[in-house]
Amino acid sequence: MNCIIIDDETTARVIINQLCSQIESLNVLAEFSNAIQAIKYLNQNEIDLIFLDIHMPDFTGFDFIQTLKNPPKIILTTSDSKFAIEAFEYDCIVDYIIKPIALPRFQKALEKAENTLDIQTSDTSDKVETTSGNDLYINIDRRLIKIDIPSIYLIEAKGDYINVKTEDKNYTVHSTLKKIEDKLPDSIFLKIHRSYIINVKKIIDIEDNSVLIKKDVVPVSRSNRPELMKRLNLL
Amino acid sequence: MEQPNQSYIKSLSGGNIEFEKKLISVIKTEFPIEKSIYLKNITAKKYKETAENVHKLKHKISILGLEKSYEIAVQYENDLRKNNTILKDDFETILQVITNYLITI
Repeated sequence: MNCIIIDDETTARVIINQLCSQIESLNVLAEFSNAIQAIKYLNQNEIDLIFLDIHMPDFTGFDFIQTLKNPPKIILTTSDSKFAIEAFEYDCIVDYIIKPIALPRFQKALEKAENTLDIQTSDTSDKVETTSGNDLYINIDRRLIKIDIPSIYLIEAKGDYINVKTEDKNYTVHSTLKKIEDKLPDSIFLKIHRSYIINVKKIIDIEDNSVLIKKDVVPVSRSNRPELMKRLNLL
Repeated sequence: MEQPNQSYIKSLSGGNIEFEKKLISVIKTEFPIEKSIYLKNITAKKYKETAENVHKLKHKISILGLEKSYEIAVQYENDLRKNNTILKDDFETILQVITNYLITI
């Protein structure tokens, strides 16, 4: 699991990093002393798990979660037990650990996170899109609905769902961007942001950090922009 | 008065001396800064900000194994949110104990 740590206290980040180093399956990609920096990072990078402090100046852990369109799994790390009830109102929060964190409790939280990710993976595989030539079948309410792949112009991640937009209709499917990305031809489709895949043939125009596609303005991550520019037949 | 110890740090390190040194060094850097901000805010009677400072400091109190002191810090933080400073002297004694201990390690 790729993870990041967000905590304004250096001591806490050092401790969580040390705990992570004792878990083989964990890979700490970055640490942040404030949530704003982390939001910028998440706009350009996909991660599985966040260790998040609640008490931070200016922008709390809960403020941070509310800014995320498609949040990864989150383990809250805090010195306060009083926010536990509020915490579990968020689907993305898998556990709530009180500092100082001991290794056994940390391992237990990770097991919960791993189990949640496993459930998600198996759940989406039940509803996986299947392709046949130019068609994509999506599972909605136990019906397999056929979609003509070139008619798709935008796919947007929305929590545990994806919104597939076509010329005629929009479909909301319980699946992930990664799952559908694997089913679509690379020659037409491109992921331009952690939450968006577009049909490059349907682009109307491109501004600095966004693409106009039909009536949708879609953000382009800085890291994905070079690939998008490569795909265009530039004069 | 209970005294600070490194039991938690050692349990966390799993014998990794480099990590222990690194963590102690970070605490020795961060603690005086947090203490000084706390003192500034309590002197200015900014109790909400002071409560936030106590919140941060109590993590270090717990890392150094000061269990009873941690309970005092929890209560003091709650009291400060109600503009009550009755535990001020007790809390500042804890800060001094930690200050003294950090000089020795």
